[in-house]
Amino acid sequence: MGLNILVTVKQVPDTHNIKGDTMKEDGTVNRAALNAIFNPEDMNALEEGLKIKETLGGRLSVLTMGPPRAVEVLKDSIFRGADEGVLLSDKRFAGADTLATSYALQAAIRKMGQFDIILSGRQAIDGDTAQVGPQIAEKLGLNQLTFVSEVVEVTNSFITVKRSIENGIEIVKAGYPVLLTVTDEANEPRPASVKKVMAYKNLTTKKDPSPAPAVNDKGVITHIKEWDADTIGADVSLCGLSGSPTKVKEIESVVLTAGDTKMVGADKEAIDALIHELTEEYIIG
Amino acid sequence: MANGLMVFIEQFEGKIANVSLELISKGRELADQLGVSLEAAAVGYEMEEELKLLGHYGCDKVYYIDNEELEFFLSLPYADAVSHIIKKYAPQIVLFGATTTGRDIAPRIASELRCGLTADCTDLQIGEFTLKGETYKDKLLQIRPAFGGNIIATIVSPDSMPSMATVRSGVMKMVNPDKNKKVEIVEEAYTPKDDLFLSEILEVIKIEKSVDLTSARIIVSAGMGAANPDSIKLVAELASVLGGVVGASRPVVDSGLLKKEHQVGQTGTTVRPNLYIACGISGQIQHRAGMNESKRIIAINNDPEAPIFNIAHYGIVGDINDILTKMIAAYKNKV
Repeated sequence: MGLNILVTVKQVPDTHNIKGDTMKEDGTVNRAALNAIFNPEDMNALEEGLKIKETLGGRLSVLTMGPPRAVEVLKDSIFRGADEGVLLSDKRFAGADTLATSYALQAAIRKMGQFDIILSGRQAIDGDTAQVGPQIAEKLGLNQLTFVSEVVEVTNSFITVKRSIENGIEIVKAGYPVLLTVTDEANEPRPASVKKVMAYKNLTTKKDPSPAPAVNDKGVITHIKEWDADTIGADVSLCGLSGSPTKVKEIESVVLTAGDTKMVGADKEAIDALIHELTEEYIIG
Repeated sequence: MANGLMVFIEQFEGKIANVSLELISKGRELADQLGVSLEAAAVGYEMEEELKLLGHYGCDKVYYIDNEELEFFLSLPYADAVSHIIKKYAPQIVLFGATTTGRDIAPRIASELRCGLTADCTDLQIGEFTLKGETYKDKLLQIRPAFGGNIIATIVSPDSMPSMATVRSGVMKMVNPDKNKKVEIVEEAYTPKDDLFLSEILEVIKIEKSVDLTSARIIVSAGMGAANPDSIKLVAELASVLGGVVGASRPVVDSGLLKKEHQVGQTGTTVRPNLYIACGISGQIQHRAGMNESKRIIAINNDPEAPIFNIAHYGIVGDINDILTKMIAAYKNKV
């Protein structure tokens, strides 16, 4: 009984904490200078999935696509209560835009099995596109509830959520299967469980193509499954750079050109004069 | 005539969203450069009168699906309806507002049509693109901040038909409407299949935004250099005496001092007021992308090296609270 829940997560560079050494002199981003973190809204998606599992029972799997070190976000999810982790990692996935990413992820999801609810963060902080969730839903032929700011009710047959929309809030009800994209308003993610950290801190990946749960007879997670393009039967021409219709024409680092800024003193006379000038020019009334 | 440029028309309660009129305005410019027609795709119920407005902003033709079941936005039926229009009329470019509606259906449609989609563009141009020795002419250059806003990327979807992009509200300028210009309204025979109706809207709670940054003429904004209750109070007071509204940078909103509706920048609201006063805002690109088209910018910061000074018209280096207090007094005492 209970629901079969999947959360898709992503490891991202911590773009919100950019420091001086992050930008190279040629204007490109020095990724090595950035910490890799659990994409914040994916953490909200995980929390919502865990809450649903606690309410109704069931099983929660976590899927990520990325380089080998992305296994960290899967372990982090298991420390918080996920039952299983799948790492989709293959050099042939590199350079994927959202379309190629969603193609690979949906192929992995098909291999993993049938899910009642798929949750993902609204968007990742490195691209801010919010596209992969709806694109996975389309490719799997699923209904979608995007921008979910609160789960109002969840039962074995339907879920009711609040969606933040342009003109307010919409309360929507949908049956399963359904894909949700969750915003940071939805919840406060729980910390890792010390017990689980102790139990699973040495968990490693294993090339295990089986969709069956990677648990021993005591229900303890034995490993994180690592899959590649062949495991999921992906058409590699639809993956990575070759499967991406969008191409980067140019990248410009944001180096500011000095404008003709008029410096104003911080003394009373100078500020009075500035306010006077703005008033004269009808900038302020 | 070559394939047209199409804009998805977003509506709420039968009224066209401003972002759609902004995109029609920009779309006219791009369509003229390409020498193609400017088309629109609209889905709703009893909108014939309202759609005439599109003509005033330069739209040539609107394909309209009129259906009572489609009066309110629902992801699957709307995505399917718009996709039906795109497949039938094969535009080379389709633009959507980067709203909760546009960002909901555009990726679904892009996935179905396997076409390129670029989110949250801050500029759109027509230009050339060369890839592996092959030159593509008259392509949509989609310019957007990426990587947390630390870089500006120009994205092209060279082989994609169509090439799709979303643009936030307030980014493109709305042209002055010309009431003599007319749009051709083409009603599309389309009925959504029953199995597309998988969600049920139980209630819509309308929230009037208490902070209207988009139409504000004056914005006084707080950054991390003003992220304390005393400074916020002074920022609010200056905004109040000038008849403006309070803005904020993302870190200030994240810190909980001001609500999200105050946030200016790439992930907040894009603004172009007559006067923008940046208080203690360092001027990261995410923020600048949302306000750099303000007519006048005053930057106040205690760090003379803050990047905000590079785009400011006036710069004041010093203590935020002291300067704000002097500005409030100067305004109150002005003759």
